[in-house]
Amino acid sequence: MDWQPLWLTFRLATITSLILLVFALPLAYWLAFGKFRGRGIVEAIIGMPLVLPPSVIGFYLLLAFSPSYWFGDFIERVLGLRLVFSFPGLVIASVLYSLPFMVYPIRAGLQSLPASLREASYTLGKSERETFFRILLPNCKPAVLTAFVLTFAHTVGEFGVVLMIGGNIPGVTKVASVAIYNEVEALNYPAANQYALVLFAITFVILLIVYSINNNLLRVRQSS
Amino acid sequence: MEIAFTLKQGNILAVTGPSGAGKTTLLKQIAGLINPQFGKITFDGQVWFDDATKKSFSPQLRNTGFVFQDYALFPHFTVEENLSFALAKEDDKSIVTELLEATGLTQLSGRKPFQLSGGQQQRVALARALVRKPRLLLLDEPFAALDYAMRYSLQALLLKFRQQFGFSIVIVTHDVGELFRLADQVVVMDHGKIEKAGTPVEVFVKEDVSSQDFIIHGEVLTCTQQNNQLHVSALIENKIRTLTLPLHFETELIPGKNFTLHYPLDSAQIRLINPS
Repeated sequence: MDWQPLWLTFRLATITSLILLVFALPLAYWLAFGKFRGRGIVEAIIGMPLVLPPSVIGFYLLLAFSPSYWFGDFIERVLGLRLVFSFPGLVIASVLYSLPFMVYPIRAGLQSLPASLREASYTLGKSERETFFRILLPNCKPAVLTAFVLTFAHTVGEFGVVLMIGGNIPGVTKVASVAIYNEVEALNYPAANQYALVLFAITFVILLIVYSINNNLLRVRQSS
Repeated sequence: MEIAFTLKQGNILAVTGPSGAGKTTLLKQIAGLINPQFGKITFDGQVWFDDATKKSFSPQLRNTGFVFQDYALFPHFTVEENLSFALAKEDDKSIVTELLEATGLTQLSGRKPFQLSGGQQQRVALARALVRKPRLLLLDEPFAALDYAMRYSLQALLLKFRQQFGFSIVIVTHDVGELFRLADQVVVMDHGKIEKAGTPVEVFVKEDVSSQDFIIHGEVLTCTQQNNQLHVSALIENKIRTLTLPLHFETELIPGKNFTLHYPLDSAQIRLINPS
C-alpha cells in the first residue's frame, strides 16, 4: 500500500488546523464581543463553506489561483508561488473551506462564559489582550479542542475542493480521499478499502479521544 | 437613566430598589464597564466620563474594586492566584498574603473556587477586589446568597477594611438590616431614577417610600401593651429584637406566628405570612 496519500492528508490537516487556530482566535473573539456594523455579512461569509457545494468553492478558487487571473498572477509574480495544483494552494483552500469549523465553536465557547469574568479582569486593571489569553481562553479549552479537531477531521474528509484545485499529483496534491476515488475508478477495490479503513479508524480514534477529554473537563466544571 | 448623587470620601452609599431599577447598570457605569448615554462622572476631581467632551476613562484606569453578584472568581486559578492576578508587575506581593490572612483564607489559598463554600468564595472576591487598593469599592448584592451569620461576619470585615484602606463604597443591597448597619447614605432607585435619597433613617423611618422591596421577616416571641403601644419581641434574622408598633396590630401579632413587615411601617402594609 502506498502510504503517501495518507501522509499528505494528515500533513494538510495539521497545517490547516494550526493556521486556522491562529486566525480563528481573534476572529472568534471579535465576533463574540466586537461592536461593529455588518456583523451579519461577516458571519454569512464565514459560514458559506457549511452550505455551499465544495465544487463551487473549488471552482472559484481555481479561477482565483489561476495565473491567467490577477490574484494568481499577482501571487506568482510577487511570491513566486503557483497556487493551482500545488500543496500551498491546497492549504489556502482548506483554510477557507474549514474556517467555520474553527471559528464557530470557539465563538460559542467564549460567549458561554459569564460576562463578569471579563469585567472582573478589566476592573483588576488587565487589558483586553491579557484578559483573553489568561482568563477567557483557559476557560474555554473544551471549545478550542473541539474546534481544532472538527477542523482537522473536516480537512481530512475534504474531497471536492481538493479535486478542483489540487488535482491528482502523487506526493503533492493526491490526498487519501482522492486516492480512494482513483482506486475505485480503476476497480481496485482492495486498495480503496485499505485507504478507507485507515481513514475511518484514525478519524474515529481522534474523535473518541476528544470527546472523552471534553466529557471529563465538563464533569469537573459541573461538579463545581 | 437619570441619576445624580455625590458620595463623600470614605462614606458608604447603599443603592436599593426593585429589580430592573438599574442598580447594577449604575455600578457598571461607575466602574466604566458600561458608558452612560449622557452625563458626567467625576471622582476625586478627576473626570471619569463626560458625554460633552466624549471623555471616558477605561475601567482599567479607574481603579475601582468590583465585587460581582456571582463573585466572578476565575475558575482555573487557585484562591491565591485569583488575588495575585490583580497585581501589576511592579506591585508589592505582600498585599496578597496580608489579604489572605485578614480574610481567613490562608489555609485555603491553594484551592480552586469550586472547592469553596459560598461564604469563602465571597471572601475571595472581596479580597481580590482590594488587592489594587482601590479608592472606590463597588459591591453588587455581595452577601445576598449567604446565611445571616456569614453575612454579619462579612459586613464586619468590610467595615474593618474600609477603616484600614479608607476607600469609599457603593453597595447594592435589598437587605434593610444590612443597609442600616453599613450605609451612611441611601439612594432608592426605580425605573432608572432616584426615588428617594438621604440617610437610612431619613429614607426609611421618617418618611414614606412607595417601594415594596423592603421587607423584614420574623417570628413573634412575645407581645405586650405599654403606654398605648405594642412592644413586640421578635426573632428577626436569628436575633431577638424589640419592635414598637401601633396598638391595632395586636390581633395580628400573636406569639409563635410569623410576620412580614413592609416599610414604611404603616398599618395597611403589615401582613401575616401564615395567618392559620
